[in-house]
Amino acid sequence: MTTRYDLAVIGAGPAGLAAATLAAKRGVSTVLLDEQPAPGGQIYRAITQTPVRNPSVLGSDYWHGADLVGPFRDSGADYLPGSTVWSVSRGLEIGLSREGAARLLPAKHIILATGALERPFAIPGWTLPGVMGAGAAQILLKTSGLVASGNVVLAGTGPLLWLLAWQYLRAGARIDTILDTTPRENWRQAMPHMTEFLRSGYIGKGLKLLLEVRRKVKVIGNVSALRAEGDGRVQSVVHRQGDGAEARLPADTLLLHHGVVPNINLANAIGCAQNWDEGQRCWVPTVDDWGATTVEGVSIAGDGAGIAGALAAEHRGRLAALDALHRLGRIDRAERDRDAAPHREALDRAQRGRVFLDTLYKPARDFRVPQDDTIVCRCEEVTAGQVREAVKLGCSGPNQTKSFLRCGMGPCQGRLCGPTVTEVIADARGVSPAEVGYYRLRPPVKPITLAELASLPKSEDEINAVLHH
Amino acid sequence: MPEPATSQPDVIVIGGGLHGCSAALHLSLRGAKVLVVEKDYIGRHASGVNAGGVRQLGRHVAEVPLSVASMALWHRIAELVDDDCGFESHGQIKVAETEAELDQGRARVAQLNALGFTHEEVADRAELRRLVPAIADHCVGAVVSRRDGAAIPYRTTFAFKRKAESLGARFAEGAAVTRVARSGTRWRVETADGGRFEAPVLVNCAGAWAGRIAAQLGEPVPLEVIAPMLMITARMPPFLKPVVGATGRTLSFKQFPNGTVLIGGGLLGRAVPDENRTELDYAKMSVNARTVWDLFPNMRGATIVRAWAGIEGRMPDDIPVIGPSGTEAGVFHAFGFSAHGFQLGPIVGRILADLITDQTTDLPIDAFRIQRFRQTAVAA
Repeated sequence: MTTRYDLAVIGAGPAGLAAATLAAKRGVSTVLLDEQPAPGGQIYRAITQTPVRNPSVLGSDYWHGADLVGPFRDSGADYLPGSTVWSVSRGLEIGLSREGAARLLPAKHIILATGALERPFAIPGWTLPGVMGAGAAQILLKTSGLVASGNVVLAGTGPLLWLLAWQYLRAGARIDTILDTTPRENWRQAMPHMTEFLRSGYIGKGLKLLLEVRRKVKVIGNVSALRAEGDGRVQSVVHRQGDGAEARLPADTLLLHHGVVPNINLANAIGCAQNWDEGQRCWVPTVDDWGATTVEGVSIAGDGAGIAGALAAEHRGRLAALDALHRLGRIDRAERDRDAAPHREALDRAQRGRVFLDTLYKPARDFRVPQDDTIVCRCEEVTAGQVREAVKLGCSGPNQTKSFLRCGMGPCQGRLCGPTVTEVIADARGVSPAEVGYYRLRPPVKPITLAELASLPKSEDEINAVLHH
Repeated sequence: MPEPATSQPDVIVIGGGLHGCSAALHLSLRGAKVLVVEKDYIGRHASGVNAGGVRQLGRHVAEVPLSVASMALWHRIAELVDDDCGFESHGQIKVAETEAELDQGRARVAQLNALGFTHEEVADRAELRRLVPAIADHCVGAVVSRRDGAAIPYRTTFAFKRKAESLGARFAEGAAVTRVARSGTRWRVETADGGRFEAPVLVNCAGAWAGRIAAQLGEPVPLEVIAPMLMITARMPPFLKPVVGATGRTLSFKQFPNGTVLIGGGLLGRAVPDENRTELDYAKMSVNARTVWDLFPNMRGATIVRAWAGIEGRMPDDIPVIGPSGTEAGVFHAFGFSAHGFQLGPIVGRILADLITDQTTDLPIDAFRIQRFRQTAVAA
């Protein structure tokens, strides 16, 4: 194994696996770094290890992940699972922790394939034990075959909400009620994009899944307000349908989900420029057609460069890898463009219907911009009302409210509050989120221990000793 | 386009850091109309992201009178800015790890006593342990300044701004100065966003960028742009009240009321001032972590959650430039605080107001004259 790789890929989801596979197969010294013990990312989490062996539970789209792992294993790329990447410098040195020791690993080109995070869903009571993201529930199912027991309520909107419901039912778990927060007017706005969606190939699968869930679970639509209540843990979910009266459901577990947003933390901390995507209502790193960021030597592939889904992610991974080959001087521009053609076509197909989904499942304002008494920053327990007060005093963006209120300063580095704080400030000021900006995120983007930092080795031998033990 | 005559300021302050905001506040208290021109937003750089140390301990002797006067203001900070700025006074301590280091401390205290200052005192092994129970066994003593403490930097800078604003000062944020030039008896300031301002008096509080302003005024200075690094841990059980430094190593160490621990002391990353950006140097941060490892055994399981660096100006002699321009009438400087300007903020604003409204001040500022760099700047 070499110490300075030509290409380092961070994240072993579909984009990272595809990128590393293509690059390594074409002779580039490649390393794939991933935080998890096994490849797959979130969408194909635990694909090689899941105890859920009945293929009909997680579905054929999940098992497609296995088709990416095999070729990766044969590609010749080095693979360092269990690596937490906490920093990337402008000099393309990757700070990583593995098995309790921290090291700096240099590379000539870096592809970030850090995927997506669930959009924070701040409702009153969302910090109660028993309330969790649907994505977290899905990870427990994939990695451990665990499902929530007792009264389970799912609330929110978006394709993954329905997918989780379907997987839960397939796994034999019970879901009491789905509280669908998709605003009615979204349907009207999404209609113009329906034709494209009908050509997407998702429609058949999606409808089948929806109908199966609806047959088995009570779905309450047009939910306009949500609140988790309980003494010490969630016991009930209070909700309102449209302008109707409040109603209460018993709940031992409340799973919340209203879409995913790019996991931009590492790109942001590196200093890659980002822009506000109004359609997806989230910050997206600024990239070109190949995923190249504004920082030399750093590209992004997959949902981390804007949400487009798992299939699109693998094609984006291959495009980013071809561009890396070109930038590393292995292929010329013409070869890159020629070899990219089939992947571009496949990417176009995979992205068909995305606008329809984005429009239909755009969360309602009231769920993106919580009321005053709702906690937005869980780490520092800062409410939406405190953020609004700070805006009144003259804090005009998330970095000022961060310095003033500490919101976003906790260990999660804004993953659980960033999008909400941006929306609350923008709403309070009556301007676009693009104008209020986002947190300047700081390394380490994942916590490291003082011991790891104190023992950071400087010599190549020491670095090798850690990587190879 | 010039400002309408009715809103023409008496003083234009360049730079919305703590010193600029403090100058604006003290000038406003004396009835001057002040405009602060800030290229980013108030407290964006060193003033908002520093370690927050409010320290007389260990200062250059030339700074001591100012620091002592500033400390008096800190202990009544809410009277000045209507906000306590998160200021807490649990003392600052410089730990000696060897007898030789403690001897250095004794000599320092004797030197200050001879000058008439009594705020620093020597603490023996037992007193050090009383003040800092978590300190490592090998430490033999310390120098202590008991009225010192720490405050929250952004909140402090923001409080000075808001108080100044309430007294009539105006703040133009997002306004990067592109040109300063004399226009008759007035100073004309042009900003990148198209702003054109004029006033008879100009104050340069532009921090890391102040050297550029000074150069435009015909008095270049050897200001070095630096990026002191800081890191902070996840919450720990409470174990420390004072701010702790070390005699033989670079360290500033303190625990916030919420349990998080700030580790800094001035090890430098790399500043890229034109991009408002800094780069961290992990090898140096590793040294800092090692120091904490050695001095605070209870920190060995701590988790680092965030690290950053501010952008700051440092002078070759590590003391600031404070006072009137050496070349132009109606121009005053306060910059180059060399990574220890936060505590001086309240008093330096008052000194600038003294100089501008009374042409003199009762505090000794000769050591900070900009003229001291005439030779070196020419040589450079």
